[in-house]
Amino acid sequence: MLGRLSWAAIPFDVPVVMIAAGSVGFLIFCALALVTIKGWWPYLWREWITSVDHKRIGVMYILLALLMLVRGFSDAMLMRSQLALAAGHAQGYLPPEHYDQIFSAHGTIMIFFVAMPFVVGLMNFVLPLQLGVRDVAFPVLNSVSFWLTAAGVLLVNVSLVVGEFARTGWLAYPPLSEVAYSPGVGVDYYLWSLQISGLGTLLSGINLLTTILKLRAPGMGYRRMPIFCWTALASNLLIVASFPILTATFAMLLLDRYCGFHFFTNDLGGNPMMYINLIWCWGHPEVYILILPAFGVFSEVVATFSGKPLFGRRSMVMATMVICVLSFLVWLHHFFTMGAGANVNAFFGIMTMIIAVPTGVKVFNWLFTLYGGHIRFTVPVYWAIGFMVTFVIGGMTGVLMAIPPADFVLHNSLFLIAHFHNVAIGGVVFGVMAGITYWFPKAFGFTLNERLGKSVFWCWFLGFYLAFMPLYVLGLMGATRRMQHYSNMQWQPLMLVALAGALLILLGIALTVVQFAVSIRQREQNRDVTGDPWNGRTLEWSTPSPPPAWNFSHLPRVDRPDAFWAMKQQRGTSQSAVKRTYETIQVPRNNPTGFYLAFFAVLLGFSLIWHIGWGAGLGLLGAIVVCLKQAWRTDGEIEVPAEKVAAFERVRGGQESAV
Amino acid sequence: MKTVMHAASPGRMFLAVARAPSASATWLRVMTMTCAALMTASCGEGVLDPHGPVGKAERVILYDSTAIMLAVIIPVIVLTLVFAWWFRARNKQARYRPDFEYSGRIEMIIWSIPALVILFLGGIAWTGSHDLDPPAPLKESTAPLDIEVISLDWRWLFIYPHEGIASLNRVVVPVGVPLRFRLTSTTVMNSFFVPQLGTQIYTMPNMVTRLNLEADQPGTFEGLSAQFSGDGFSDMRFDLVSTNAEAFKDWINTAKTQGGVLDASTFEELNRPAKADGAQTYAQVSEGLFDKISLRSMAAVSPQRGQ
Repeated sequence: MLGRLSWAAIPFDVPVVMIAAGSVGFLIFCALALVTIKGWWPYLWREWITSVDHKRIGVMYILLALLMLVRGFSDAMLMRSQLALAAGHAQGYLPPEHYDQIFSAHGTIMIFFVAMPFVVGLMNFVLPLQLGVRDVAFPVLNSVSFWLTAAGVLLVNVSLVVGEFARTGWLAYPPLSEVAYSPGVGVDYYLWSLQISGLGTLLSGINLLTTILKLRAPGMGYRRMPIFCWTALASNLLIVASFPILTATFAMLLLDRYCGFHFFTNDLGGNPMMYINLIWCWGHPEVYILILPAFGVFSEVVATFSGKPLFGRRSMVMATMVICVLSFLVWLHHFFTMGAGANVNAFFGIMTMIIAVPTGVKVFNWLFTLYGGHIRFTVPVYWAIGFMVTFVIGGMTGVLMAIPPADFVLHNSLFLIAHFHNVAIGGVVFGVMAGITYWFPKAFGFTLNERLGKSVFWCWFLGFYLAFMPLYVLGLMGATRRMQHYSNMQWQPLMLVALAGALLILLGIALTVVQFAVSIRQREQNRDVTGDPWNGRTLEWSTPSPPPAWNFSHLPRVDRPDAFWAMKQQRGTSQSAVKRTYETIQVPRNNPTGFYLAFFAVLLGFSLIWHIGWGAGLGLLGAIVVCLKQAWRTDGEIEVPAEKVAAFERVRGGQESAV
Repeated sequence: MKTVMHAASPGRMFLAVARAPSASATWLRVMTMTCAALMTASCGEGVLDPHGPVGKAERVILYDSTAIMLAVIIPVIVLTLVFAWWFRARNKQARYRPDFEYSGRIEMIIWSIPALVILFLGGIAWTGSHDLDPPAPLKESTAPLDIEVISLDWRWLFIYPHEGIASLNRVVVPVGVPLRFRLTSTTVMNSFFVPQLGTQIYTMPNMVTRLNLEADQPGTFEGLSAQFSGDGFSDMRFDLVSTNAEAFKDWINTAKTQGGVLDASTFEELNRPAKADGAQTYAQVSEGLFDKISLRSMAAVSPQRGQ
């Protein structure tokens, strides 16, 4: 009846898990009870769960990422404290079979369920506003993408309580991840949750790519497109090109595990090296999927707060697209030590270094954007400058490891861990934090508390250095990744420093929550009534904060880059009159398809993990029915009458930009 | 850090920050501290304290490329902080140039600098990849010592094919003699790594990788698996002991008189998952054991890790 599922799957004998699960369960219960008592369900259902508004979906992506950041960071704290204790003969408090799940979950969650939803959420929220359009190309598909990601998140977290997670590392290399060496459900949780959320990411990539290519405000040619849109274009091209590789690779591993195929097994001609090549054919572009939009955020932030256009716009666009193409030609640098020949290693090493050229150009462009500026030191600028000084160090260690003979001694060491956290935290996290602070007033109509925002920055910034500089040193001392204990007592002081750094970052995360709470309380003082709190340059700042469901009452006309800046300049001189006539606007109707699909996807995934035949059948059937129902739907849109638009603009006080 | 809102013109509002950051001072302090820690802590062991020609050549590459990159990185960091500080909104002396967005001369320089650095480093990468290619023999006049390495779950087995002995979790080598390793695995992947000798290489089932190293000083160097391989991974360590020629001969002779025979059946015993615990030697190894292990279809032999 329940396949392989039984009470034995729940680790009642592991107190850490039971306490964690109990408290999370209690919190979820309290939240649900509160929503029920307050009668918020209709509101949540109408305004959020079934919403197909790209702004709402963007916000939900970021909330999901923040929640998962807490989960992923808990794993990090467990690892750091384990390694601070487990020196010499000590074994720490986490046995290998538990520790191995924690580092696998940490990597998987941080990349797929924190960094990805952060970046996709920012792109979702910002792109249509910057492009001057009313929504993404396929609004319902957008909601489906989000809910499939959420389904993946749910499955990963269920593995905490029911069964186990993968004990293979975050990329589940075979043969270790094959049934012969990982007979439990851990790898199946990993594979199915990533297949489901990966589908969501691919659909989101297609959606955003179509939006950029096909839906831009009148007059916005590629040369006038904001730089964040360019980086998003590159990022989504990479999603569309690389995520199918991931899906296919996982599909092959699933066939190995479920149907006895031999793609990557040790026996009968399987080839585990093929998996490692394929997974990195996705994995390296993935790095740029995450970092390019962060570069875009910094470009917007540095230009806006310097009060200048971005220096070397054409160089910046060119550098972005060069990185986009080259990112597919470097995957082998993740395994120089697998025995490829000298020519192959040298080729991939040099290709990897070449990527440092456009990246270096970007840094110089930001540098010369600061030059001659009128720089306002707001929180996003703190993140941007923190990024510039931190990221170049990560870039340097990255190029260092791109030299094959240097990688021969640094591969898989804590030096590598320090390197990719240096670019992931110093690049992606800083970028996302800058982006959240920058666009928060656009989303909610009030700015975030500056003072707390700066405290959050200092915690992350100093915490990062404390936590990861020791790891560089440990890597050079011969410490390797994924070890659950170590015998060399000299490593322990550095491990303790790293733990202190992690605690500082923890404080930063806690302060972020405080910052949100305080800012919400003080929202009346920090109200953004103009829609343009930062004296912005791009079109999103021409809308009110928060923008109406239709974003723009009139689609703006664009005749140069930094379109909104130009409009503000012209308004000062020509006093052109604002058009007063409004037309009926069509906005997409709410749609629960995404939510229902996610429900059946979770049922399907969970049943497949536990080999529950009827559940899998029901999940698949349900998903198909939901899709068919959506396909035959006719009432896709509702109309916002012209009078309502006019009334909205009257209340706003005729601030709509003259275009 | 108080922010002051003031309307400059209708519909235009911006934030001016009352205090610029002390970012530079704090940041420099952190960097100096970590650099100092790096210098002192990592000189005593690990890959910055190599005891063989391969590791030494790799250390030279590490130092040279870091120096080349620091020559660019440090000025960039300093300029970032200087520009950000000087062009702060409250500095009335700084000249605001709201339309400065292009300069052909600067563009040429900012594409050239990284390109030149990469040209340098690309050269290092190309020659380094060839000179230090793991299967390439070391340029030495002495005849190399052959050692076959098998990674088990979760132990290391070293076979000396010409001496006809084997050793578990401990590999003894003569100083100043090139070591020619052939490596494979019985179950999952591992990476054979002795940080103080240099280059690591993966061990993989059904495949043979090759590696050449040498110890140029006597001593005991820790070796490990650098590729996660399961629950016993953290203990999958071994000692590489380099001794003078005579002591090495003695060790071989002692091994030949002590310990059991390593043949197909005793190997099956060894090939069951177990944590690394202590060293052991075998007086006799059946001919061609390594080749059989690395070439055979693993279906018949590799043990499954039961639940």
